[in-house]
Amino acid sequence: MQMTRQEVGKLLAKQGILIAFVVFMIGFALANQRFIGIDNVAGVIRSSAILGVMALGVTFVVIGGNLDLSVGSMMSFSTIVVLDLHDKIGPALAIPAMFALTLCLGAFIGFLVGYLKLNSLIVTLGMLSAIHGLTLTWSGGKNMDIADKAGTWFSFFGQDRIMGIPVPILIFALLAAGLTLLLSKTPFGRKVYAVGGNGQAATFSGIPRARVVFYTYLISAFCVAVAGLLQASRSLGSQNTVGQGMELEVLAAVILGGASLLGGSGTVFKTVIGVLILGFIQNGLLLVGLDFYVQYIVTWAIIILAVWLDVAAKRGRLWSPIA
Amino acid sequence: MTNYKDILKSGAIWGFILLELAFFSIIGDRLSVSDQPFLAYDNMLLVLKQSAPIGIIALGMTIIMINGNIDLSVGATFALAAIVLLESMTWPFMQAMGDWAIPLAWLFALMTGVLMGAINGIIVWKTGVDAFIVTLGAMLGFRGIVFMFNGEQPTSHLNWTLVDFAEAQFLGLHTATWFLLGTALVLWLLMTRTLHGRNAYAIGNNRDAAVNAGIRVGPHFMWNFMLIGFLAALSAVVFYSESGSVNPNDGMLYELWAITAVVLGGTKLAGGYGSIVSTLGGVIAIQLLRKGLGHVGADTQTVNLVIGLILIAVLVLDRQLNRKGQGELKI
Repeated sequence: MQMTRQEVGKLLAKQGILIAFVVFMIGFALANQRFIGIDNVAGVIRSSAILGVMALGVTFVVIGGNLDLSVGSMMSFSTIVVLDLHDKIGPALAIPAMFALTLCLGAFIGFLVGYLKLNSLIVTLGMLSAIHGLTLTWSGGKNMDIADKAGTWFSFFGQDRIMGIPVPILIFALLAAGLTLLLSKTPFGRKVYAVGGNGQAATFSGIPRARVVFYTYLISAFCVAVAGLLQASRSLGSQNTVGQGMELEVLAAVILGGASLLGGSGTVFKTVIGVLILGFIQNGLLLVGLDFYVQYIVTWAIIILAVWLDVAAKRGRLWSPIA
Repeated sequence: MTNYKDILKSGAIWGFILLELAFFSIIGDRLSVSDQPFLAYDNMLLVLKQSAPIGIIALGMTIIMINGNIDLSVGATFALAAIVLLESMTWPFMQAMGDWAIPLAWLFALMTGVLMGAINGIIVWKTGVDAFIVTLGAMLGFRGIVFMFNGEQPTSHLNWTLVDFAEAQFLGLHTATWFLLGTALVLWLLMTRTLHGRNAYAIGNNRDAAVNAGIRVGPHFMWNFMLIGFLAALSAVVFYSESGSVNPNDGMLYELWAITAVVLGGTKLAGGYGSIVSTLGGVIAIQLLRKGLGHVGADTQTVNLVIGLILIAVLVLDRQLNRKGQGELKI
C-alpha cells in the first residue's frame, strides 16, 4: 500500500502537469463543445505563440540555473526596432538587423552573467529597465507604425497561413522542435543541464560553465527576436510597452511546465505544455462565460499547486518541514 | 580591514547621493533651462515626497530580502489597497459617515494589505514553495482581484479633506515624506533593536542554523509578509489620498523598482545582510537621478537606461569589493 502511494506520488510529480492538462481539457470540452473545435484550438495556440516562443528561450536560461527578467522589454525593443527599420531600409534588411541588435543585447547579458558571474536576477532586472530606456530612446517615446500597411509582405509572419496553418503556429512548432533536439540530443544540451544541476561539479568535469551560460542567453535573445518579429508582423504597429510584464508571465509558463528555478530540470516540451495551459485556461474560462480576470486568479492557484505538488513529491510529504 | 570595507560599503550609497547632488547642481544648473537651481529647497522636498510610494515598499522589501525571500506581488497589493481605499468611500454607509469614513477607509485598505501578505506568508510557510514562485503567482492573482472591482475602468473618488491632508506640510515636510521617514525609523528600530530583527538576519544568514537555535522560521516569515503587505497598502493609502483615482494597472513593475532600490542600498539577495537606512539611501538616490536627469533636460526615457546600467555597475563594483563570500540567489 505504502509502495503504491509512493508510486502514485512519483507519477504525479513526473507527469502531473500533463495529467492536469488533460483533465482540464476534458472538463472544459464537456462544459463547452466549441472549446476543442479546431478553430478554437488553432486560435489559442496562435495567440499563445508569442509568449510561447519567448518561453522556449527562457527554458534554456532557467535550466542553466539562471533567470531572465529582461525578455519582456527586449521583446518591445525588437518589435519597435524592426518596425522602425522596415520603413527606413526595407523589411529584407530590417529583419536581420533587428536580430543582430537583439542578439547583441543577449550577448551582453550572457557576458555579465556567464563570464563575470553576476547574479542573473539583478543583471536582468537592470537590463529590463535599461532596454526599456533604449527602446524609448529609439522611438522617441512615440508609437511605431508601418506607413504602407497593405503593401508589405512583412505581414506574412504574423498573419498568413501555409496550407491552412497560421504561420505563427508553424514558427512556434518548428522552433520548439529544433530546440528540443538541441536540448535533448546534443552535447551542448547535456552541458546546460550539468551547469544548472551542479555548477561546481560541471566546472570540475571540464565543462566551460561561463560559455554555456553565455549561449543560453544568446538562445533566449534569439527567441525574443523571433517573438518580436511575430508581434511586429501581426500588428504592423506597436507601442513601446508591448512586452511589458511578459517576463513574469513567461517565467510562470516555464515554472508551470515543471522547470525548477534551481536549474538542472525542465524540458522544452514541458514548457510548451505550460504555455498551452496558460493559453487554454484563459480561453476556456472566457468560453464558459467567466470574466477575464478570473484567469489571473486561476493561474495563481495553478502555479502554486503545480510547484507545491512537485516539491511535496520530492520531499515525500505534503506540508513543509519549516518550523 | 574588514571594518574599513564595511564602512566603505554602507557609506557608498550616501557617497553616491552626494556625487549626484554635486553633479546636478554644478553641471546640471548650466545645462538646465529652468531658473531654479537643482539644490533649491522646494526641489529637494519634492524629491523626498516623490520617493515615498516606492520607498515605503522598498523598506519592507529590505526585511523580506534580509530573510532570504523576495516579494513580487507588492505592486498588485498596492493597486488592490488603493482600490479598496477609494471604492469603500463610495459605499452608502460610509458616505453617511462624512469625514469619519476616512479613517475607516484607511483601515480597510491597510487590512487588505495585511491580508494579502498573510496569504503569501502562510503559503510560503505551509507549502515550502519558494517565495519567488509564491509571490510571482500572487502577482497575477492579486491583479485579478483588482480587476474584479471595476474591470478595466479606473476607480475614482476625490475627498477634499483627504487631499488637504495629503498635501499638507508639517514642519516643512510633506505628509508623504513624514510617512516615509516614520516607516524608516520604525523599521530601523525593528531591525536593530528587537529580537525579531536579529532573528531576521539569523534566518537569512543560515536558515538551518536558525532552526537549530530554536527560531520558528515559519511564523517569522508570515509576520514579515504581513508587514510588507501592510507597507504596500500604506504606500497606496498615502499616494491615492492625494490623487484620488486609481487605474487597475497601477503599481505594475513597482516590485522591480523596489528591489532595485534595495539592491542599490547594498542588501544581498542571498539574505542575512542589509540595512534599512541604506535602502532609504537607495530610494533617494534613484529619485534624485530621475529629478536630476529631468533637470538637465534629458528625456524621461534616459532615466530607465541610466538606472539599469547603474544597477549593473553596482553589482560589478560589489563583486570587486567582495570577491569572497559572494552570495548566490537562493531559491
